[in-house]
Amino acid sequence: MIEPQPVAVTVNGARLRRFVEPRVSLADFLRQDLGLTGTHLGCEVGACGACIVNLDGQPVHACLMLAVQADGMRIDTVEGLSESGELAELQAAFHARNALQCGFCTPGILVVARDFIRDCRASGRKPTRAAIRDALSGNYCRCTGYEAIVDAIESVAGAAPMREDAA
Amino acid sequence: MSAATDSPARHREKGRYIGRGLPRPGAKRLLAGRGRYTDDVSLPRMLHAAFLRSPYAHARLGAIDVSEAAAMPGVHRVLTGADFSAICTPWVGTLSHFKGMRSAPQLPLPLEKVVWAGQPVVMVVAETRAEAEDALEAIQVAFEELEAVVDLDAARAPDAPRIDADAPDNVLFRTRIEAGSTAEAFAGAQSVAVDLRFGRHTAVTMEPRATLADFDPSEERLTVHQSTQTPYQFQDLYARHFGLSEARVRVIAPDVGGSFGMKLHVYHEDMAVVGASLLLRRPVKFTADRMEAFASDIHARDHRVRARLAFAPDGILTAIEVDDVTGVGPFSAYPRTSAVEGNQVVRLIGAPYRLTDYRADLTVVAQNKVQMSQYRAVGHPIACAVTERLVDLAADRLGLDPFEIRRRNTITDDMYPHTTPSGYRFEKLSLATCLSRLHDLMDYPRLRAEQAALREKGVHRGIGIATYVEITNPTPAFYGVGGAHISAQDGCVLKLTPAGEVQCAISITEQGQGSEAIVGQIVAEGLGVDRDAVRVLTGDTETTPSGGATWACRGAGIGGETALQASRKLKRRILEIAAAILQAEAEALDIREGAVTDADGTPRMTLKELANLAYYRSDLLPPDVSPALTVAHHFAPRGYPFAFTNGIHGSLVEVDAETGFVTILKHWVVEDCGRVINPLLVDEQIRGGVVQGLGAAFFEECRYGETGQLLNGSMTDYLVPMACEMPDIVIAHVETPTADTELGAKGCGEAGTAASSGAALNAVNDALRPLGASISQLPMTPERILRALDVI
Ligand code: FES
Ligand code: FES
Repeated sequence: MIEPQPVAVTVNGARLRRFVEPRVSLADFLRQDLGLTGTHLGCEVGACGACIVNLDGQPVHACLMLAVQADGMRIDTVEGLSESGELAELQAAFHARNALQCGFCTPGILVVARDFIRDCRASGRKPTRAAIRDALSGNYCRCTGYEAIVDAIESVAGAAPMREDAA
Repeated sequence: MSAATDSPARHREKGRYIGRGLPRPGAKRLLAGRGRYTDDVSLPRMLHAAFLRSPYAHARLGAIDVSEAAAMPGVHRVLTGADFSAICTPWVGTLSHFKGMRSAPQLPLPLEKVVWAGQPVVMVVAETRAEAEDALEAIQVAFEELEAVVDLDAARAPDAPRIDADAPDNVLFRTRIEAGSTAEAFAGAQSVAVDLRFGRHTAVTMEPRATLADFDPSEERLTVHQSTQTPYQFQDLYARHFGLSEARVRVIAPDVGGSFGMKLHVYHEDMAVVGASLLLRRPVKFTADRMEAFASDIHARDHRVRARLAFAPDGILTAIEVDDVTGVGPFSAYPRTSAVEGNQVVRLIGAPYRLTDYRADLTVVAQNKVQMSQYRAVGHPIACAVTERLVDLAADRLGLDPFEIRRRNTITDDMYPHTTPSGYRFEKLSLATCLSRLHDLMDYPRLRAEQAALREKGVHRGIGIATYVEITNPTPAFYGVGGAHISAQDGCVLKLTPAGEVQCAISITEQGQGSEAIVGQIVAEGLGVDRDAVRVLTGDTETTPSGGATWACRGAGIGGETALQASRKLKRRILEIAAAILQAEAEALDIREGAVTDADGTPRMTLKELANLAYYRSDLLPPDVSPALTVAHHFAPRGYPFAFTNGIHGSLVEVDAETGFVTILKHWVVEDCGRVINPLLVDEQIRGGVVQGLGAAFFEECRYGETGQLLNGSMTDYLVPMACEMPDIVIAHVETPTADTELGAKGCGEAGTAASSGAALNAVNDALRPLGASISQLPMTPERILRALDVI
């Protein structure tokens, strides 16, 4: 019997304490224990990128981590990043360009794209399409032809930053 | 062409929504992480299922000991085949119009034999998925391994092990199509031949299959949340096979994370989950993990096609002979059969060209691999690749340009309606127009010049084109006459709400392609209301009318027409009421921008005022005028058996002759799906289809070992195309609306997949030609290219 362990995390700004079995992945913890079903599981081996969330501000595969490893850390999922407005620009661009179909890959792609654009802005560079395609090399999308996703990210990366992120 | 803007001319016309590239309202929810996929649904007292799967591709089942597992923490029940055979009638994947077809009856879990590696054998139902999986490890099954049938040709050998007692030669179905005399046509004619192999690949929907069944014994009601594109089909199946009343079976397909045809077949796990809920009288959920998806989702294609083409010295193509052998796994899929794939291959080969003589043989073979069945563009990519490769070989033999030989042979505009030698009837296609449009779009002469210049420098580029004809809008002739309970009609219920808004419940379903969005546009335009005032509901058998749902590109063509006719009906109803109130003639009134107007557009009353009156003050209506503001309409195509679409792809690749790697530089598509309802959605759906076709061309293959083990059943081993490997894809449209409907839409979902692998095959062979090599197997992996080049 694997005893549940106490875990204290800050999820989307709220401080939470739970007991979790050590074998539970961060993705399952978010989805099942916290009901944050915006984080999706496509492969559970770190290949598809559907489960990517921010951990202390950096994108990580929630399927490759155990929940107990996140103890004391800050997790931001697509739900939290949406509500705080940090994804607003990208979401608007994805919507206008229809850069999603079934939407299953979308939360992971948004988290990765936000991080990519933040890096671009920090270094003052405007990415090429090839660079955007490269940045998405950990995210599968099975529905779109990727082109609309690249277009949407390109349009945001080319625009002036709408907000400064502290993170 | 691809920008998110509307065409300016149409935009200015108020109330015009059909043809506009509007974003999808429903996408906002998905972008905010507020999607609700089946696995996101959680019910009180819900249990979780896990399956023990066969490690062998072919084995007899001996004793199964579940006693230890049943006693483990959290475990509620451990179920085996016998538990289900008592409550579920078997299903058989045959259609009566495929004469002589055979397939073994299926039950949720097997009783005697397992027939592929990964087949579910025992089901554990527990408090959590983890506990169910723990218990799997304590189950003992005595398997007696049998020799597996893996290879297509070996399966047909006289002494091959037999999978199905009723199919002693491991052949499930055979058919021949014959028109004219190919023997005469080939006698003395020039000809070219191919022997092409197409590997198995699979859908890899990002959301794996998921089913949550909830049986409520107090009302004898079964509710199933299921990631499927065809909820009505499953409502019928669950009711019939479990002996339930159909009206008490509800199937809800909430957000669906991709389907591509994969999620419309019956899977053993679906039936087991429903059966378990009936037995345990509690909600039971099963979500496949990715390994289970690879081992049990349908696979696609798996053909070996030998074909030859006869032609005259002036490049006129005359006859084709085909022999298609396709491996479908141990039995035929239910309820659509695994024979449809091969049937469409042998009927579509040669379709764009004016052939006189045709003969095709199809052999559908059983193997100990997972079932093979309908996946995006059923049969089309095979038919297209075979045809287009033959045409390119003929062009090469005659020294003709690939565009020129097609120009000389495509069905011309004055030939419609046209019937192919294989029996398909085309209302009207735009083959010649698409051909010349592609020529311009690619800037073909410049590409050829660039190719020649680069060859001087040792850079091997290839240009390939491929014409396709696509089957859409199937009538009941497709499945209905074969005895399958698969509806060819769709239904739409439209309601003007008391607040004057519009609610539309429709039987076509949404998997992200934008069904809801286009239906909203059609209804808004048909009715004369603002797009935002229309709310569309799909994917629930209890709240939407029964219908065929979304498959075979029928959503826009059939569902869209249903919605348009329904909106006309509701408009008439509204105007009848308005005429009574306004003491006018209904014919002299119109609806524009949410208001009843005079014919000249002068507003008389808003729809809100009208609805308010009908719902709350019906006493003010004359006694002979009904207050009803809900209409239902059903539509089934009745003209041509199918609405065929067409188009052409161009592919530009660069082959590295040292490594065998191919870089896909650019891809072009000219397509004609009839009336385009929303170009923004059509374009990206076509691109998605192209990417799936390029996946089949270069990356995706379900590789099996000699004993029938799937060798690459995970996303780390099975290659799915990624953003960095995919090119920019240029799209142009030609619009040839069908006259069978008022809307004129056909379908666009298969267009991308149908021809992209054929175009890529021609492009790679074009690059290899100067090197004296050619390739005839998909996917075109670096290893196969190096073998073709005789490097390894
Ligand atoms: S689910 Fe984590 S990467 Fe696929
Ligand atoms: S939109 Fe369906 S997987 Fe990306």
